[in-house]
Amino acid sequence: MKKILNSNIKNYAALILLAVLTVVFAVLSLCGALKTSTAYLLEEIAIKIILALSLSLVVGFLGELSLGHAGFMCVGAYLGGKTAALLVNPLGNGLLTLAVALVVGGICAGLCGFLIGLPALRLRGDYLAITTLAFGEIVRTLFQNTSEQSFGGPIGLATPRFEKSFFYVICFAMAAITLFVIQNLIRSKHGRAIKAIRDNEIAAKATGINVTRYKLIGFVLSAVFAGIAGVLYSYTKFNVSSQTFDYNYSIEILVIVVLGGMGSINGSIISAVLITFLNRELANVLTGNLAVLKDLIYALILIAIVIYTNAPALKNFREKYSIEGFKKRRKEKEQNG
Amino acid sequence: MEFLITLVNGLSLGGIYAMIALGYTMVYGIAKMLNFAHGDIIMVGGYTVLLFLSVNPIVAIIASMIFCMLVGIVVEKFAYKPLRGASPLAVLITAIGVSFLLQSISQMIFGSAPKFIVIADLGILKIGELAIGYSTIITLACSVIVMIALSVFVKFSKTGRAMVAVSEDKGAAQLMGINVNSIITITFAIGSALAALASVFFLLKAPTMTPSFGSLPGIKAFTAAVIGGIGSIPGAMLGGLLLGIIECFAQAVPAISPYTDAIEFSILIVLLLVKPSGLLGKMRREKV
Repeated sequence: MKKILNSNIKNYAALILLAVLTVVFAVLSLCGALKTSTAYLLEEIAIKIILALSLSLVVGFLGELSLGHAGFMCVGAYLGGKTAALLVNPLGNGLLTLAVALVVGGICAGLCGFLIGLPALRLRGDYLAITTLAFGEIVRTLFQNTSEQSFGGPIGLATPRFEKSFFYVICFAMAAITLFVIQNLIRSKHGRAIKAIRDNEIAAKATGINVTRYKLIGFVLSAVFAGIAGVLYSYTKFNVSSQTFDYNYSIEILVIVVLGGMGSINGSIISAVLITFLNRELANVLTGNLAVLKDLIYALILIAIVIYTNAPALKNFREKYSIEGFKKRRKEKEQNG
Repeated sequence: MEFLITLVNGLSLGGIYAMIALGYTMVYGIAKMLNFAHGDIIMVGGYTVLLFLSVNPIVAIIASMIFCMLVGIVVEKFAYKPLRGASPLAVLITAIGVSFLLQSISQMIFGSAPKFIVIADLGILKIGELAIGYSTIITLACSVIVMIALSVFVKFSKTGRAMVAVSEDKGAAQLMGINVNSIITITFAIGSALAALASVFFLLKAPTMTPSFGSLPGIKAFTAAVIGGIGSIPGAMLGGLLLGIIECFAQAVPAISPYTDAIEFSILIVLLLVKPSGLLGKMRREKV
């Protein structure tokens, strides 16, 4: 019994931590102990966690490269934000409006994910990457050229900000829900099927896994959560501009997932928190001409990490100096001695 | 009349796209990787032209081609070569990292404000009612020459045939005594030089640039390469020209001109749905 409990705690450590944080923040906000700037940072961190987790489902677990994650977020932000703007008068700016906006934004983004997932079934990795990239650009262009009455066009869509200052609590709660859903999916039979597709599609097909179905599930679910992140984003801003959701934004999320470690949920969360926090802090320190240094450092770290973790020539080095290698050697020693 | 002008403009723009797309397609054919940083080599070329422009425009163009070749080779050596044999996803992400790196380096050196450079004022050719910039004609002529030269090079020279051999079967090519590593380096060098040339023609068309000015042409040329069938050299030319013509005609119609980018990318998605290997690409069945 104790053992089961222990392993459960270990398995859900990240989820429990997020839930505890949500409660702590809720208490803090009730006391009014948080500065506004901290609250903004927390909102941003929670949104980035949702984005990183949802992208990690496609890139880390399904093994397909998506370069249009910001596109799904854009759909969620615009359609959810518009729904919220329309509902604010009849329903008030409360939880009910937010819930409806989240549902609408999530479903719309999910539909887009389905549409993009369809060609994904026929395309190999590289082609799929360019398709998702094209999708992101199409979405951005379409929203940019809408009329002022519908979606604001180039000026951007005016969206309501949440009436209360504790919006970050809701963001964290949503992040916890995202984590719960994705983690449980990955650990279920379906999740193992998804990972099998990543490791070897042909072998997965041969064992009777419906590759088409699982790829679609992965894509749609990832898009739904990106859409939800988009709705939350629209709530943190007074104005949503399509310029935000460009190619570079998708890459930024991808960087978070890669730095956290592909196929690692906890890694994605940690790097989402770390990078968002560092972004904010570095923006304060590196002003003016030095601001570029941040991008330069990120680029170098990204290249270095990918080469270190993937280069065939470094395989022995990795096994010698990594934690897994150390554990393995210790185990062997115990067995021998 | 207007139709003709749009067509010539489209062909000339298409020529530029084709030049960049050739870089993508050759690298894909030989190293089996998508070089996402290729678009930023265009930007590096543009800034090198800016540095040497005070000497002489021709010198500047040649210098920028040589410098881009070097950048291409260095990037290949340090970022892509260690990952040869690793998963395609890893290589792709490294390429994205290189793209970010090049952009931030140039932003550090030149600042993020747009730079305005006029390489040469070439004037406008008038035939009756037709008015076409000389730059458009030169671009078109140069791109045709480049494409012919490249086709001849690939078909008849020893190195070119080695390139085809490597793209068809790396292992077999190595057994025939071809140095695969040096062929890959040469491919990167040629692709980067073409990108530098393309940057010159872009600057003749629109003389402003920022550190990120290579990314959109890069993505579009990539689209062109995929439309034509990635890995196929004639395919990249066809795809580039098609994309250029589509872009110019879409921009000529006021009702749909704001949606030009969306139209181009939609065509890509639809085409991939109908013909997943592109117009001239060969479908390869995956074997166990």
